[in-house]
Amino acid sequence: MNDTTLPHIVKGGIGDSPKRVEDRRFLSGRGHYTDDINRPDQTYAVFRRSDVAHGVIRSIDTAAARAMPGVVAIFTGDDIAKAGIGGVPCGWQIHSKDGSPMVEPPHPVLAQGKVRYVGDAIAMVIAETVDQAKDAAEALVVNIDPLPAVSNMIAATAEGAALVHDEAKGNVCFDWHIGDKDAVDAAFAKAHKVATIDLVNNRLVPNPIEPRAAIGDFDRSTGEHTLYTTSQNPHVIRLLMGAFVLQIPEHKLRVVAPDVGGGFGAKIFHYIEEAAVTWAAAQVNRPVKWTCERSESFITDAHGRDHISHAELALAEDGAFLGLRVKTMANLGAYLSTFAPSVPTYLSATLLAGVYTTPAIYSEVKALFTNTVPVDAYRGAGRPETTFLLERLVDVAAKTMGMDRVAIRRRNFIPADAYPYQTPVALQYDSGNHEATLARCMELADWNGFEARRAESAKRGKLRGIGMSTYLEACGIAPSAVAGALGARAGLYEVANVKVHPTGSVTLYTGTHSHGQGHETTFAQLVADQLGVPFEQVEIVHGDTSKIPFGMGTYGSRSLAVGGSAIVKAVDKIISKGKKIAAHLMEASVDDIEFKDGKFTVAGTDKSKAFGEIALTAYVPHNYPHDELEPGLDETAFYDPKNFTFPGGCHICEVEVDPDTGVVSMLNFTAVDDIGRVINPMIVHGQVHGGVAQGIGQALLEHAIYDETGQLLSGSLMDYTMPRADNLVNIHVGTESTMCTHNPLGAKGVGEVGAIGSPPAVINAVVDALRDYGVTHIDMPATPLKIWSIINAASPRMAAE
Amino acid sequence: MPQVKLTVNGKPATAEVEARTLLVEMLRENLHLTGTHVGCDTSQCGACVVKIDGKSVKSCTMLAVQANGSEITTIEGLAAADGTLHPMQEMFREHHGLQCGFCTPGMVMSAIDLVESHPEGLTEQQIREELEGNICRCTGYHNIVKAIAAAWPLMHGRELPQAAE
Repeated sequence: MNDTTLPHIVKGGIGDSPKRVEDRRFLSGRGHYTDDINRPDQTYAVFRRSDVAHGVIRSIDTAAARAMPGVVAIFTGDDIAKAGIGGVPCGWQIHSKDGSPMVEPPHPVLAQGKVRYVGDAIAMVIAETVDQAKDAAEALVVNIDPLPAVSNMIAATAEGAALVHDEAKGNVCFDWHIGDKDAVDAAFAKAHKVATIDLVNNRLVPNPIEPRAAIGDFDRSTGEHTLYTTSQNPHVIRLLMGAFVLQIPEHKLRVVAPDVGGGFGAKIFHYIEEAAVTWAAAQVNRPVKWTCERSESFITDAHGRDHISHAELALAEDGAFLGLRVKTMANLGAYLSTFAPSVPTYLSATLLAGVYTTPAIYSEVKALFTNTVPVDAYRGAGRPETTFLLERLVDVAAKTMGMDRVAIRRRNFIPADAYPYQTPVALQYDSGNHEATLARCMELADWNGFEARRAESAKRGKLRGIGMSTYLEACGIAPSAVAGALGARAGLYEVANVKVHPTGSVTLYTGTHSHGQGHETTFAQLVADQLGVPFEQVEIVHGDTSKIPFGMGTYGSRSLAVGGSAIVKAVDKIISKGKKIAAHLMEASVDDIEFKDGKFTVAGTDKSKAFGEIALTAYVPHNYPHDELEPGLDETAFYDPKNFTFPGGCHICEVEVDPDTGVVSMLNFTAVDDIGRVINPMIVHGQVHGGVAQGIGQALLEHAIYDETGQLLSGSLMDYTMPRADNLVNIHVGTESTMCTHNPLGAKGVGEVGAIGSPPAVINAVVDALRDYGVTHIDMPATPLKIWSIINAASPRMAAE
Repeated sequence: MPQVKLTVNGKPATAEVEARTLLVEMLRENLHLTGTHVGCDTSQCGACVVKIDGKSVKSCTMLAVQANGSEITTIEGLAAADGTLHPMQEMFREHHGLQCGFCTPGMVMSAIDLVESHPEGLTEQQIREELEGNICRCTGYHNIVKAIAAAWPLMHGRELPQAAE
């Protein structure tokens, strides 16, 4: 399927949009989420958490709490230390410019000696009911001597700043760089003009609507531990928790991630609560259940983004980009979350070429500890940060040069015939056509008719603006050897096990995990299409380490590009074995057997065997080539990608600003993305809608704000402005695909494009709306207060009137 | 502990609960109706919306004892006995109005109340404004709004009137 022609669409096959398999249960209240699971004789855990951002734990008096009704057990950091339980590991190691490894302080399951952020777990209380556990947790007498806290990166890097970890001098985790500094300096030396920007990528809270939950269970008779958890990657949790934290071998540890109510990255990571309940269940010899409350999610789920950057673009007289120089500070929070170090580095700075031919790029990233919740991957992970920086800078460059925003982009696009394209920052893009997505998006959004609409708005006293972003991202994570060379401590392949049953129905076990993406539908379409069996006869199983051979889970838009490729590989093995069985049955040479539309045919004859007949023969092998083949039809494949995949496209946003209130209204949003092969257009559109909504949320509404003492001010859904239906508009989605050249499906991935491409399109539109006010940049979120203040400051006389 | 008697999805249901037990806790923990979800602790997200005596209510914002004697419909009680989905459920399925499914039960319950309480018709903007009390992180609401507009004619048995804008 490595061509660019789309196959003909069969019902339930590739390119069709059957309704989702999973919907009937979700719509009937029959979903099976972690908090819906109750184990016999279960107990409940509640964590007592630090309410100060930084301090020394002087004492924890548990006596009164232990005497409370229903209390089963109370564990503190001392118990964890005594039990020899390890810290929660970090899965990615970055080295600094000087070659030294990043500072990697231990991240204990319960705080040891010090607390380092509001939300840091101090003790775990286990009781017969949740309320009893809560009451007892409140009754713990915790004596903490507060220390000065650093609640943001400016404070963390100030002279004499308090240290989050004594071993991290200046609160620096690593000071990393990429690219050719000398080449960039040379480019700036010959620049006609230089465009510069300083910006903040606002800190966000992922907020999947299902709060995290975890249940530990232990069978003393077999020594088997089970963890039910809200995870995007149960095998990764089994590996990290089993090997590094609790020392439980894989065959005695089962991790189940059942239906999961959204993840967006926040449910990738191995959290301390998972280890705590798994360990505690064996201690109390009863199941232990913990369900996070939303206010607790805000101060324990890993946050996203939080970068401060300075960027400069060297420009030639004709608007060509000559060189790009970027300096970024990235907030990692109080401890290193599972993939935190990869986000501001290899998932971010390697994308600085974007869709442009910039020949020289140099980027420096200083990653810092602060007394805040750990920061890690959130939908897009690093690519939204870079895309925002680059696409804002390009607009500033257009202004600096007095050029049209579209013209400067076109001047610098990587031409479609230049692929494969080697960037100066490590990546080699395989395919793309930026002119195609740009032209289609401009047409759908009626870019050229904008000035008339702006004039119409002006008549009503409103300021209308339009903005675009032409972007590219790297996902389909990841070629293991490359990721390993860049610091990953795990492989990033994917696994599929295709079980054909005796009567021809199929169960697919995938190592990816669906938490809203619709794998039960998309993967069934893929298998149905490849094997020629009806869509309804394919069942998808995911999320249980006891059923699935292995897997790395779902993040980085990898499920189809990597997981789907593993499925194709496993299906190919099924077909290959089927051909041998068919050749035997039809007394033909295996080389003469063709497989198409669910039938094995002897080429050039009308002799054929249906797929179901071959399956039955494999399991009832009365007439069977026993000398060369085993019975059964069950194949497993591991697929390690050859490269990242590079989706991209063009997003255009149109807004209207009310100068009296500063409120930005969304008028129109158009996204045309190149995501490679599309299996289910309905699901693809839904993924883009959701991603764009999160991007608009980042651009206009969302912000995790800490005060100087380290308290999260926007720490509830009352304070943190999640996008609601009336903050958004209908989102026009198109696809304009080139195929990925290195995986068997041609798929690039769609999970994150919406969140990556959209924020700069929104802010470019807001800046454009304020073009008469001399504004060149507005940091996200573009709140009414910020906009109103700009308008008010620029026109004091008008405001006075 | 107080005893609470309810009629849930047409059947009598009784449980002894603490005075502080929320209605949603009684539904999930005592009656094992886990279709109603808890997504927040500030009555913002709407994942727990059920119908109480004909009105949609956030079941996390009410004590179980306050609901004593009332008639409650949860997501589990919407489909017909033979499994035929309620038109709102069917339109959510038809228009891909859900992804992870977690906000869905509350969203569907609110949407039904929204359509029922607007026999005069609904514009897209009205649907968006009236969905203020339900948060979805997956869909961007685009397909939810479409699903609700599509359910209106099915629930009222006539075309959705064109809004006079």
